[in-house]
Amino acid sequence: MIYADNAATTRMSEAAVDAMADCIRTAWGNPSSLYAFGQEAKEKLEEARETVAGIVGAASPREILFTSGGSEADNQALISAALLGAKKGKKHIISTAFEHHAVLHTLNKLQSEGWEVTLLDVHENGIVLPEEVEAAIREDTCLVSVMYANNEIGTIQPIAQIGAVCRKHGVLFHTDAVQAVGHLPINVQEESIDLLSASGHKFHGPKGVGFLYVRAGIRLTNLIEGGAQEQGRRAGTENLPAVAGMAAALKERAAHMAEEQRKVAALRDRVIDGLSRIPHSALNGDRDRRLPGNVSFCFEGIEGESLLLLLDQKGICASSGSACTSGSLDPSHVLLAIGRVHDVAHGSLRLSLNEENTPEEADQMIQGVTETVDYLRSFSPVWRDLQSGKSQFIL
Amino acid sequence: MALYSEKVMDHFLHPRNVGVIEDADAVGEVGNAKCGDIMKMYLKIENDIVKDVKFETFGCGSAIASSSMATEMIKGKPLSEVEKLTNKAVTEALDGLPAHKIHCSVLAEEAIKSALEDYRSRRKDT
Repeated sequence: MIYADNAATTRMSEAAVDAMADCIRTAWGNPSSLYAFGQEAKEKLEEARETVAGIVGAASPREILFTSGGSEADNQALISAALLGAKKGKKHIISTAFEHHAVLHTLNKLQSEGWEVTLLDVHENGIVLPEEVEAAIREDTCLVSVMYANNEIGTIQPIAQIGAVCRKHGVLFHTDAVQAVGHLPINVQEESIDLLSASGHKFHGPKGVGFLYVRAGIRLTNLIEGGAQEQGRRAGTENLPAVAGMAAALKERAAHMAEEQRKVAALRDRVIDGLSRIPHSALNGDRDRRLPGNVSFCFEGIEGESLLLLLDQKGICASSGSACTSGSLDPSHVLLAIGRVHDVAHGSLRLSLNEENTPEEADQMIQGVTETVDYLRSFSPVWRDLQSGKSQFIL
Repeated sequence: MALYSEKVMDHFLHPRNVGVIEDADAVGEVGNAKCGDIMKMYLKIENDIVKDVKFETFGCGSAIASSSMATEMIKGKPLSEVEKLTNKAVTEALDGLPAHKIHCSVLAEEAIKSALEDYRSRRKDT
């Protein structure tokens, strides 16, 4: 199997598995229990918290809240900031057109409950402009939420600059950094980030766990009421094995980040170059400001789901932004947001590599995709019309 | 349980009757790139029987499988029978489709109906 869908999920590292297994086998007490056995678990929990806090550059471990994943962190961050704003009579929120659904759907919900939401243009290159964020800020803006790096097209946003703009205007700044944590060097203080969401299984940690960084002084609203865990901000006995696994994975990533970035970017560039040779194809999003492992392409005249199924037959795991894979009639909102028309957006492919992929695999991906696109084009009425001149090529 | 039945995968991986008929007696094209599925069917008709049929499809696994199966089901059949082909029959022949993919079988039925419409209007003109 050639696994090229690391943006969807990653294999757990051995260190993460060991950390989890250790907690399951030995430190399985309830961290809230008074006796020594419970306190041992508590210590492991706080060690993990310290590790995570240090890696993202938080001022204190108390600024890290463990959650069930990125979606929960997004929900809690947005709802908390929205409610804080409402208390001051500020109910305007700024975000972007290509956020993950965990952000967009939460914003939709807030909108239906009285908040006003402005979604910024992400332009053809998939990058938000800090000037446009500033221009959109009003007297009643309480929150700006811009994802660190887009999950579909991989483009990296000018987070530090946006953070500075928000600081200047006294507006809370949240970033959904689910695709960036563990892959890019993030520093919440240097980048003026107030709230940050992360997910363990995107960086070789376990699924079902994540964290929310909250700058000290920001009052969160609970999504889950109950016991006093996580400083009263999220009730429920902590999933220590998963938290420990996530911390171990993150620690490993931080230790090897620069070298992994280099290695993966080289593979990515190899694949991009190879796929660019396919006629009437295009890379989605900025060529340079993108995640080290993200390759996102559109191929004219073919459809994404059939491309994925055929790649699966060749043992290649990938994903697409086509409508068929999203279960709705519209292709990915991300591709539409960067200006791809429906016809072209349906023929999309995302390969997301990591340090476990090899140059040989990269070449197999190129060959597999090239052959498959050729095959699908051979019986596509859309391709036939383009070739005959009946319709115009877009790419 | 896999996303698609074995029959669907078979028709997707080894589609039958792929291609075009240059001097077709009837051509039906349905769907649009906006919704992501387009099917084109070419029919050769003799003595009111579908002598030959070819198809081209832009679409997902279900779309390709549905159009492939549909062509198999009408090849060599009299027009009176072809007219009665339903998406339900296509879906059943494929051992079922996921609920959100049923519209692909509907499109296959419509492609055939569109071809028959074309045939009828051509004959009216002669």
